[in-house]
Amino acid sequence: MKDSKTTEEMNHSRREFLSKTAVAGTITIAPGVLLHSTAQASGNTSTKASDEEVSNKNRWGMLIDTAKCADGCTGCVDACNEENGLVGHDRPATDTQYIRKVTLKEKSTGHELSLPLMCQHCETAPCADVCPTGASFVRADGIALVDKHICIGCRYCMMACPYKARSFVHENVENQKLTAPRGKGTVEACTMCVTRVDNGGIPACVEACTAEDHNAMIFGDLNNPNSDISVALKEHGGKQLRPDLKLNTGVRYQGL
Amino acid sequence: MTRFLRPILVLIGFMLLSTSTLAETPFPTVQKASDEGAKCIEPTHEMRRNHMNYILHERDETMHEGVRNEPGSLAACIDCHVEPNEQGVVVDHDNKDHFCNGCHQYASVQIDCFQCHADRPQEYIKRSSHTSSIKDQLQQTLAASDASSEGVNQ
Repeated sequence: MKDSKTTEEMNHSRREFLSKTAVAGTITIAPGVLLHSTAQASGNTSTKASDEEVSNKNRWGMLIDTAKCADGCTGCVDACNEENGLVGHDRPATDTQYIRKVTLKEKSTGHELSLPLMCQHCETAPCADVCPTGASFVRADGIALVDKHICIGCRYCMMACPYKARSFVHENVENQKLTAPRGKGTVEACTMCVTRVDNGGIPACVEACTAEDHNAMIFGDLNNPNSDISVALKEHGGKQLRPDLKLNTGVRYQGL
Repeated sequence: MTRFLRPILVLIGFMLLSTSTLAETPFPTVQKASDEGAKCIEPTHEMRRNHMNYILHERDETMHEGVRNEPGSLAACIDCHVEPNEQGVVVDHDNKDHFCNGCHQYASVQIDCFQCHADRPQEYIKRSSHTSSIKDQLQQTLAASDASSEGVNQ
């Protein structure tokens, strides 16, 4: 009896406190509404609650400035391997690569470019088109994934991908990372660090590139006009790789 | 009379023998949750029977819809139930002393989760020595590609 009374008292005072702060809140916050809303949805990271489903309100993407991508730097690749627990077997042709560094040379001028290449997270993804089981799919927020629970390892998606972005796991895997389950007999690729993104973070490669002070990669919401990536795209533009395929990729490049 | 008695005695003897072997099959000792005071998401009898349904349901919601607050995730089970034994070792998932494998071996039910998923909490995951070899390979490839770069294909 005494206990319930205490709870009632507490509830009462709590309610009082809330109503008071609500009044105070409307007065003080009202002039700063604009500031408040931009801080809430900067578009650079996800603000969804952990129990909320992803939706097509967001379209996560990356912008890579090839002019800033340093020749010989492998920061993004190392960070990716570390984040996803990728291990090699000294077989470069078949070892898993979520992201790789590619050097391009214009033959006529000799001009060289260095850039990271990974899953381009297409809106109309050929991998998802050809998948016979529905294991390859594009999430509502634009991240292309493999559901390894239903992947049968046929590798059609690897054939279909114009970017050669996917790898097949040929060997038994041990000591997987908690956030990166992977196993023999399934296809895998860059997940845009989906667990990080869902928890309001940024992909490991982007984080590493920023930490190296190269700032060649920007992550953000392509659907939010105020996000860093959208602002940069509006100002300087950005190309898709193989735009002729009309895949509407989530990863864009500058300086190609 | 002995003609009938002998097979009956043999039968009884066989039955006794088989029951004694059954009794000797060790019942699995299930590891206690790491936090003694913590309560599981459902009562023990419910979890014993239906844990797979909880895990399966939330697997699809997490994978396809990005819902990540599920209390019944495999990672949450592992986080609470798998911890070092008295020797300070976290046993592998194919060991009968692993929280999941004890019962699964006893019931003869194959468990596929750990072909892909981590069988222990993050802090006990062994570091792989291969990651550095990938890095060395990459450096070599980059050095090689510097010597003979590919043409632009756009």
